Amino acid sequence: MNGFLALCRRLEGPQTAGRGPAFWIVFAIVLAIACAYPLFSDGYTVGNTVYFFIWVFIALSLCLIWGYGGSLSFGQTAFFGIGGYSYGILTLNFGSAYGFTWIALLLAIALAALFALLLGYFMFFGRIAGVFLGIVTLAVTLMLERFMAQTAGPEWHIGVARLNGFNGMSAMPPLTIPWPGGDIVLFADIGLYYAVLGLLVVVYLGLRILMNSAFGNVIVAIRENPERAEMLGYDVRKYQLITFVIGAALAGLSGVLYTVWGQYITPSSMGMTAAALPLIWVAVGGRSDLTSTLVGTLMVLAAFQALTIYGSQYALVFMGVLLVLTVLIAPNGLVLGVMNLISQLVARRSNGDA
Amino acid sequence: MDIATLAFSALYQFGDAFAFLVLSACGLAVIFGMMGVINLAHGEFIMCGAYVTASTVHAGLPLPLGIMTGAIVAALVGALVELVVIRHLYDRPLDTIVATWGLSLIVTQGTLIMVGSTMAGVGTPFGSFQVGGYSYSIYRLVLFASALGVLGGLYMLFNWTRFGVLARATIQVPHMAAALGVDTRLVYSLTFACGAGLAGLAGGLYAPTMTLVPTMGATFIMEAFVTVVIGGADVFLGTAPAGGVLAVVKSAMTSWQGQLFGQIGLLVAVIIVVRVLPKGISGFLLRERT
Repeated sequence: MNGFLALCRRLEGPQTAGRGPAFWIVFAIVLAIACAYPLFSDGYTVGNTVYFFIWVFIALSLCLIWGYGGSLSFGQTAFFGIGGYSYGILTLNFGSAYGFTWIALLLAIALAALFALLLGYFMFFGRIAGVFLGIVTLAVTLMLERFMAQTAGPEWHIGVARLNGFNGMSAMPPLTIPWPGGDIVLFADIGLYYAVLGLLVVVYLGLRILMNSAFGNVIVAIRENPERAEMLGYDVRKYQLITFVIGAALAGLSGVLYTVWGQYITPSSMGMTAAALPLIWVAVGGRSDLTSTLVGTLMVLAAFQALTIYGSQYALVFMGVLLVLTVLIAPNGLVLGVMNLISQLVARRSNGDA
Repeated sequence: MDIATLAFSALYQFGDAFAFLVLSACGLAVIFGMMGVINLAHGEFIMCGAYVTASTVHAGLPLPLGIMTGAIVAALVGALVELVVIRHLYDRPLDTIVATWGLSLIVTQGTLIMVGSTMAGVGTPFGSFQVGGYSYSIYRLVLFASALGVLGGLYMLFNWTRFGVLARATIQVPHMAAALGVDTRLVYSLTFACGAGLAGLAGGLYAPTMTLVPTMGATFIMEAFVTVVIGGADVFLGTAPAGGVLAVVKSAMTSWQGQLFGQIGLLVAVIIVVRVLPKGISGFLLRERT
């Protein structure tokens, strides 16, 4: 019980914006609205919202690695793709009986994490940092896309699962919960909505605890000044590698959920454009904070979708302009800027009362 | 097939790979080596050069002049980009990557909207010649010669001219150079324009050999990055030997297993090299000096 309370105390701290009763009341209200939301909406819209939620995981993973860890990774989409493809290959081979889909989900995430461990070992223990890290991860991502895109022939298969080249894999089973008297199948509407919402809350709160723990403080210390962190006795490489692997697991989870949601995965989910989008969400939202990343991602996604409806070809140009302007004008992110402004106003008012 | 034919074929493939790696990387290497800025819009400068070359050739200009125009236009665009975006981000290298990536998105999609999904290409000039029953394109030899020419030209520019001296001074100790009266902003602008122009030149040179699509920059960008990462910060001691080593890896893997495995070979090579030589080949060669 004491341990649990200690964990709860870590929910707020210096590394995450938002603290005090006011923040948690807003959090509870938002969560309640999110829970009640399917009651007032139709299946299609709920399914679309799930689609937004799925991307939040990869955005949070980038926030962790880039915003907190300070190493810019373009490889998140690679782990996304590995997660998605692994889930597809596993479930197409072993089916979905006895809740195997959840085991496949975990295995797919583990594979993405394993790949990150291997790649991260070479990068961090080779002391690659800064811009080079971005380039190596980008090269790996593009290579993976090219490799998957050329697997069109029948000789490219794992078990019974054909990789299908550029068209990608499809028709994987959705997540199912084994239940006496008939499995519960989570199709891409209300069922999947609650599952993903639950995962999102767990991941969000978990990351808050992680970042405010001793581990998170070391990660931020490494971002601020790697030499000083090293002089204080921390093995910088090890901490960076662990962050990278956690981030990769989250990106893998995102990929699995994407595959579950649409029941397909294609190589272009690992391409240049796909790799750019999480970067835009995180940069625009505010990369150095979990909450602003979450809010920013949902807002940019909604804006992007609205734009796509009116002029799909201009949406990407707009996103590019948004990214360049954010970097030039508000390098800390728009949402984080607004959040800091609000907390300053609140602080000033309470000072005025006192 | 006798030994001589085989050797010629291997040499030809090596030269082809070497030219591709060096030409696509040198613009990036100049900007990175001199300014520490990674230009993710590099591929788009290459595309810009290729598109301008193709349109001038369609307008009736001879190909060499078209290639020069492509390089010059890319350099001018580079100067503009430096002025508007890059200049404000010199103290934040990671943000430069992000901003140039945003630029690359804008340019790729903008080209798609304005010019369309493809553009009429330019025929490959000079025809081909035969060695031992196989035909080889003469233009590929021109490309190899151009790669050597570019390396030689850069060496002369940075070692024999006043601009080169000022540029190297600015890179070594920017504050000292500024204190001695060097306009470091101008030097950075010119260097960035020079890198963009080299990218445009690569685009122009390769325009006759590829299909012109808005995403063509992506074909170059991975090879360019791999070469720069392995080479390190110095153009002559880095990019040139890295191009040589990688060309061997790429041409051997390509002739053994095909195009894709050539690229995978490059990727494996880069991951191993960064583990063994974190500062690249030039960092290894220059280790005594630091």
